[in-house]
Amino acid sequence: MWNRIYALFVARNLEFFRDRSSLGWNLLFPILVIFVFAYAFNEDNPEKYKVGVVGELPTEGPAAGFGATRFVNFIDFEDVEVGRVKVERHQVDLLFEPGTRRYWINRSSPNGYIVEKLLIAAYSGADESPAQNLVEGDEIRYIDWVIPGVISMNIMWGALFGIGYVIVRYRKFGILKRISATPVTAMEFLCAQILSRLWVLLVVNLIIYFGMDLFVDFRMHGSYFSLLLVFLLGCINLICCGLVVAARISSEEVANGVLNLFSWPMMFLSGIWFSLEGAHPWMQNFAQLLPLTHVTDAAREIMIDGAGILQIADHLLILGISSLVLLVIGARIFRWE
Amino acid sequence: MSVILQVANLVKRFGSLTAVDGVSFDIHEGSCFGLLGPNGAGKTTTIEMMEGIKLPDEGSILYRGQPLDRDFRNQAGIMFQSTALQDFVTVREILLQFSRFYPDSYPIDELADRFALHEFLGQDTRRLSGGQKQRLLLAIALINRPKILFLDEPTTGLDPQSRRNLWHEVQRVKEQGATILLTTHYMEEAYELCDEIAIMDHGRVIAHDKPDALLAAHFNDVVVQLRQSDIPPEIGEAEFEATYRNNAAHIVTGDVNATIEQLLRHDIPLDHLRIRARNLEDLFLELTGRELRA
Repeated sequence: MWNRIYALFVARNLEFFRDRSSLGWNLLFPILVIFVFAYAFNEDNPEKYKVGVVGELPTEGPAAGFGATRFVNFIDFEDVEVGRVKVERHQVDLLFEPGTRRYWINRSSPNGYIVEKLLIAAYSGADESPAQNLVEGDEIRYIDWVIPGVISMNIMWGALFGIGYVIVRYRKFGILKRISATPVTAMEFLCAQILSRLWVLLVVNLIIYFGMDLFVDFRMHGSYFSLLLVFLLGCINLICCGLVVAARISSEEVANGVLNLFSWPMMFLSGIWFSLEGAHPWMQNFAQLLPLTHVTDAAREIMIDGAGILQIADHLLILGISSLVLLVIGARIFRWE
Repeated sequence: MSVILQVANLVKRFGSLTAVDGVSFDIHEGSCFGLLGPNGAGKTTTIEMMEGIKLPDEGSILYRGQPLDRDFRNQAGIMFQSTALQDFVTVREILLQFSRFYPDSYPIDELADRFALHEFLGQDTRRLSGGQKQRLLLAIALINRPKILFLDEPTTGLDPQSRRNLWHEVQRVKEQGATILLTTHYMEEAYELCDEIAIMDHGRVIAHDKPDALLAAHFNDVVVQLRQSDIPPEIGEAEFEATYRNNAAHIVTGDVNATIEQLLRHDIPLDHLRIRARNLEDLFLELTGRELRA
């Protein structure tokens, strides 16, 4: 059995790595995306400073004076905890609670330093002065946030199309039919395809990850092992999605349509490009159904927050169980012709 | 000879079309069995059911008395009518891949020698010519030293030279003791290679015997063939019951001398006259009223 799986594995790998145009595209596309984002989002914002406000700004007094400062974007926060995390990550320069006159700044944020001076200036001459609270944390730029998403996205395209489209093409041209005339079983064939694609995705994404690491300084606070585990499970899960799609279809056009139907909602609703915080609850619930949401969230928790395996166990469990279910369905409904 | 493959009452329907409609025959060990018929007769559907690729709606197929199982897969060599091979893979790699599927395979170099593939071993399979590709597909079909070999129209689209070479190979396989099942719409091919033939039309077997026995049973006459322009239809059809096809008039007769005397009486030029024995092509026409390659 392993001999047969190995034979199919080798043949599929050769086909992939020799197809230069597809290989090139698989490597180039995500790198291009990263670079576009790295530069596009480094553009300076006309609203230089961001101040988080917990509670209402009063209409009179020093706090009102501070609130009228031009070129500062005042953002409302429900509670201190949420805002504080934003200050830690440099997403907000200063968090201010007018009711208690407390404020939080990040010691390592230059913008925070300047906005703090403005706040203190607004209170000069007043009876009471605001109370400083310090938080620590490095800046989280959009690039830090988007890189786990882009790698997830790349895995999704590679897995869905690399499996779905290829098996459908094999079926259409009779390559599957020829293999079905040998002692190879459907399970052996599918295992070989999964392993080959897993290997390909691993190599391609490792190259992308470490290639980007050379040029873009992005944040990685967790363990590489956990990250590898998340991406491996993500690959398996999306490969199994591809298997289900490709189980019976024999037209490339239909396969293309169905695969797009799977991939585009994930592209926009699994939080690759923008956070779904504040989106309608039904959309947030729907996002939880998408495997890519769990891959992206888990990867972000590891890379940005330095989460350990236990903290991402829920994502891993969901990905693992749904992979198994998809694999069983894919193998059950698979047809050679 | 023992029966190696037994086919009984096979039926296969595709929607409202019954492609195979109650086909039965036995194939004897070491023989070459030909399935003949025009396009759409049900040959490919029948052979694919026998290969285990398609499941019959009704009927049974037994290989050495057993349903088709893993043993059968290991012992069967199969060449489809058309097979695409994976892209970006060389001849050597594709042979290696298939050899790994089986417990006992021919060494690749031995196969390459036998099928004159040595100089193409490093070449992408997409750059092979029609004849080279057909040789490779036959080599793949033989890679597991099959006891039974299925060939579905193996020479369709090949030039006469390549066709002869392939016939030669098939004969060699047969000499080594393998059983062969072949479909074709070339009568000549069936006559050359097969010990036994079954003629199919509209999903049924309409005649089944050894080629010579079939001809002897249906014909005790010969065909006098003339150029169509030499014998006008009004004379040909009225006086000689000639049939016209492929720019020729075909006169079937049991008495050649009398026919020639009669032709001379009508001043028909005999410069292009040919006399030939009846062949499977005529048999097919006789049985179905249609030409085989129409």
